[in-house]
Amino acid sequence: MSGRNLFTRPARLAAIAPYGWMVLFFLVPFGFVLKLSLSQVANAQPPYLPVFDLSAGWRALVAAASVLSLDNFRLLLSDDLYLAAGLRSLTVAATATALLLLLGYPVAYAMSRLPRRFQPLAMMLVIVPFWTSFLIRVYAWINILQHDGLLNQVLLALHVVSAPVVWLSTDTAMYIGMVYSYLPFMILPLYATLSKLDPSLCEAAADLGSSPLQSFWRVTLPLSLPGIGAGALLCFIPLVGEFVIPDLLAGSDAPMIGQTLWLEFFTNRDWPVAAATAVMLLAILLLPLVIYDRFQRRQMVRP
Amino acid sequence: MEAVSDITSQAGTALPLLRIDGVGKRFGGFTAVDGVSLDIRPGEFFALLGPSGCGKTTLLRMLAGFETPDSGRILLNGEDVAGTPPHLRPVNMMFQNYALFPHLSVRDNIAFGLRRAGMRRAEINARVAELVALVRLEGLEKRRPEQLSGGQRQRVALARAVARRPRLLLLDEPLAALDKKLRDSTQRELKALQRTLGLTFIVVTHDQDEAMTLADRIGVMNAGQLVQVATPRQLYETPRSRWVAEFVGDINIIEGRITTREAGRLRLTTGGAGELAATLPPEFGDAAEVCVAVRPEKIRLSLRPPVDDPAGGAINRLEGTVRDVGYLGSASSYTVALDGGASLRVSLANAARLYADAYAVGQRVTAWFSPDDCIVLDR
Amino acid sequence: MSAPRRFDAMSRFNVAALALGLAFLYLPIVILVIYSFNASQLVTVWGGWSLRWYVAFFNDEAMLAAAATSLRVAAVSATLAAVLGTLAALALTRGERFKGRTLFSGMLYAPLVMPEVITGLSLLLLFVALGMERGFWTVTIAHTTLTMCFVAVIVQSRLGGIDRSLEEAAMDLGCGPVRAFVAVTLPLIGPAIAAGWMLAFTLSLDDLVIASFTTGPGSATLPIRIYSEVRLGVKPMVNAICALMIGAVALTIITASLATKLSGRRGGNAAPM
Repeated sequence: MSGRNLFTRPARLAAIAPYGWMVLFFLVPFGFVLKLSLSQVANAQPPYLPVFDLSAGWRALVAAASVLSLDNFRLLLSDDLYLAAGLRSLTVAATATALLLLLGYPVAYAMSRLPRRFQPLAMMLVIVPFWTSFLIRVYAWINILQHDGLLNQVLLALHVVSAPVVWLSTDTAMYIGMVYSYLPFMILPLYATLSKLDPSLCEAAADLGSSPLQSFWRVTLPLSLPGIGAGALLCFIPLVGEFVIPDLLAGSDAPMIGQTLWLEFFTNRDWPVAAATAVMLLAILLLPLVIYDRFQRRQMVRP
Repeated sequence: MEAVSDITSQAGTALPLLRIDGVGKRFGGFTAVDGVSLDIRPGEFFALLGPSGCGKTTLLRMLAGFETPDSGRILLNGEDVAGTPPHLRPVNMMFQNYALFPHLSVRDNIAFGLRRAGMRRAEINARVAELVALVRLEGLEKRRPEQLSGGQRQRVALARAVARRPRLLLLDEPLAALDKKLRDSTQRELKALQRTLGLTFIVVTHDQDEAMTLADRIGVMNAGQLVQVATPRQLYETPRSRWVAEFVGDINIIEGRITTREAGRLRLTTGGAGELAATLPPEFGDAAEVCVAVRPEKIRLSLRPPVDDPAGGAINRLEGTVRDVGYLGSASSYTVALDGGASLRVSLANAARLYADAYAVGQRVTAWFSPDDCIVLDR
Repeated sequence: MSAPRRFDAMSRFNVAALALGLAFLYLPIVILVIYSFNASQLVTVWGGWSLRWYVAFFNDEAMLAAAATSLRVAAVSATLAAVLGTLAALALTRGERFKGRTLFSGMLYAPLVMPEVITGLSLLLLFVALGMERGFWTVTIAHTTLTMCFVAVIVQSRLGGIDRSLEEAAMDLGCGPVRAFVAVTLPLIGPAIAAGWMLAFTLSLDDLVIASFTTGPGSATLPIRIYSEVRLGVKPMVNAICALMIGAVALTIITASLATKLSGRRGGNAAPM
């Protein structure tokens, strides 16, 4: 009772600055993306039409607005390149998320089974690589995977292969890079859920006749679903729009949607199509984003 | 302290359901359970009582299979199960916090063990219905554990634990999570249920009232050892050691020295309570330095010294002053400072409404008790 | 309780999973650092230990300028993000209900997962529409927008763990709400804010995509420079730059964890997420 009265007002005041900032720099920009996606490319600065000029008055605004069209989306939908990019992004992100889960779950599980006093250290060890640069981590793999890189040297030395394997510019390299870069994002939510799991639940399952594997399947796994969901979303959503990893590690024949956007923007300087691609990407991610938002809010209610 | 072994002599007795034979368990440098031997008879309600850290939970977890003993054997119906993993033991456990599966309904929680046993669906349904009726949870089958009250959760845990008809049911502090009122009624239910099902129960508790109320026999543990195994009455009236006497119930301990010893009667000199007479307990050794323990409710108070009991000979009479009175409703508790220097706690039933203020602070009284009520123990 | 131990103790499988997982996380970085000391001109041939690529970096004016820009952007944006993120966390945990709270929390959580190409492009379009000169400040604003969300999450998780009756006790002892906050809550969330600042700093230092969209001529950040080098293949000097950045991060983390230990372990988790 007293808490609410005393804290709510300062809390509202505290909200003003960050709220305003996020509205201006996160929410409003989406409006510009949407508007631009309906505009036409132009050889001008900025390189698109129409440009709303508020000083020109209402008539000019209406005239400008009439130039807006769905042409860019028609282009996206008619050209196989964009659809293929969208589809590829989804499959790549889904595959990488599955791989992350496969690799991250045992690590998170093992962490949660460590003696309590070692758990903070293990968590720290998983977090630390996340603090080093993303670009550096991808770059580190280029070092290892290149034609005469360490991996091929080791494989040749062990006579596993007789000639250097092409790793770079393949999907394998891309998946390695993705799994490597996103692993902490998968492990941490999984660990958070698994470490909160009451160990007596597994004991109860064993006591009631479950073998260790059955206990895992019937108790641990179902109860860690929230962690799996959080980790999967935390990896899947940014992976769909990933640019750096496929750009540096995968081949260039089948770009992901993030690469397409980058290409349209920086190479072709077709800002409207880039914006339309962004809108398409957002549309693809809308459902996962809504689920993610629900998730975060539920976490907040019961921390 | 000397540990006891409770293994009954083989001759003539039926094989126990469970024999714990010299079981020990260490965690690093800490000895949790130290050579415990114990027999549990079929159909018995047995309580393991002790302060926290005494090893009772570890012992229970070894019976369930969650810990492996470092030494000794655990024989269930004559078969050593010490190395058997928990899911292969015909033993079930009710966990302290119930450990109900939060993602499963009441029904699925109870059916969990039955499904693992590979029962057919129809059988499972029938058995679950039976159990739900047994613990009076009809209508709540579809609820999740979080939608139940504490008492209901306790009953789900119980139903789940007995579902597989275990030879032995282990209960880890089964009532600790309930509030006091509910605990009293649940104690009676638990005992009734044990009789109905004819199961063997081993309950671990730190609450002596609970152990006394529930159990046929109580094993008292301290520092990893079993220090006494007895019925509740024996435990209270004839504790085997000073530690047990002080742990179970309230007691006055007076240290003294035996002066004469004749015809089943001891005479002692004590530092704080002068001369005392006590009945010589059977199997008492020949120690001279002993202590005399008297339960507060065995002591009477009177304003004038009472006459000797003609049959039993001398009673113990100690003069003193009332220092403190605590009114507890059904009884009052008095602290009497004896002229000899010791202090006695005395508990008197408030048998009549207007009797409660009979002795006031500062009043001179005589505290008296029979030599038969003195427990003589090694120091 | 008598030393309760989990019945499914560390099995060999768990040890193997943990060891392999950590090896996977650390080996590439370790290899990178080792190769940064390679004397050879060829990145894949080991030519003995040498500091020549470090020397090369410190003689590369363009790289140094980019590094300076990156550090300035990171310092300013992390500071802004720490302030805004803390305020946001306070608003979310302390004000149970206010209008637009749902939108607010949504806006704070979305950037954590939003593909960077979208964030970068949308911010760029805003800056163009506002007629802002692209350069140091646009990158800084963009990074602040992204990193304040991380700060908010970290501080919020710490705030959630603080018993509110501590503040009430302070008020009971005669502090006003603001005094109570400064005297009690702020010291408690201090380590979380510091951790948030550090995370914001490294995230800003790290970012390539958003910076590429929002920067202007003459304000290339270090990742932009590195990226343009890396696209052309592995360069030994890049190894050295990366090793330096890893070293800086390691140093920061060690300092931070020592500081938390010395300040009496009141910080709880110094580096969540």
